Amino acid sequence: MQFDKELDARGLNCPLPILRTKKALADLQGGEVLKVVATDAGSVKDFQAFCRQTGHALLANEEGDGVYTFYLKKRA
Amino acid sequence: MAKKLAIIASKGTLDWAYPPFILASTAAALDYEVSIFFTFYGLTLLKKDVSDLKVTPLANPAMPMPIPMPTLVQALPGMESMATLMMKHKMRSKGVASIEELRSTCLESGVRLIGCEMTIDLFDFRREEFIEGIEFGGAATFFEFAGEADVSLFI
Repeated sequence: MQFDKELDARGLNCPLPILRTKKALADLQGGEVLKVVATDAGSVKDFQAFCRQTGHALLANEEGDGVYTFYLKKRA
Repeated sequence: MAKKLAIIASKGTLDWAYPPFILASTAAALDYEVSIFFTFYGLTLLKKDVSDLKVTPLANPAMPMPIPMPTLVQALPGMESMATLMMKHKMRSKGVASIEELRSTCLESGVRLIGCEMTIDLFDFRREEFIEGIEFGGAATFFEFAGEADVSLFI
């Protein structure tokens, strides 16, 4: 998937992946895509909840070898 | 309109320092307007130096210990420092944020941090001991924002 910026949140525990994501999104324009990689298993539910509450679109989340990848499209 | 979160932080140990700062920083990331009122022992969480926050297994039987430890042993000199070192090491190895990082994230994201005036007076603290960017106030100040909050927590 195409993305405009990547955030490495591997090794970080709750709530750091979300806090770093919020910061990273601030540097993007509406409609641009942020890719986040994390290892916190709780981040799957948290990213879904984050997107539902903030209006950013969670385009995809993938899992493999204990690494979770999220693609967030910044709200307009 | 943004949702509002009001928190009272009343405890000043390393473990209890986490819930107010985690919830406040996360709520701010979710576009909440957040205010935290720091009172009694919680006020120490606004001091410039929070590296000396401690955790104690005493009167805290749910704290996981590497080996079973009788309560009297937990009261021996040095045990508190040891438990604190263990906890900090564990937190680092698990990628848990430091209190300093969570607190500065709160400040950067516009969380209002309010220190209790009465506590400053009670414990003879000086305002210079506290970080920049905070306010001071009393119970009425708390209710000014808590009265309009969607979520109110006492921690």
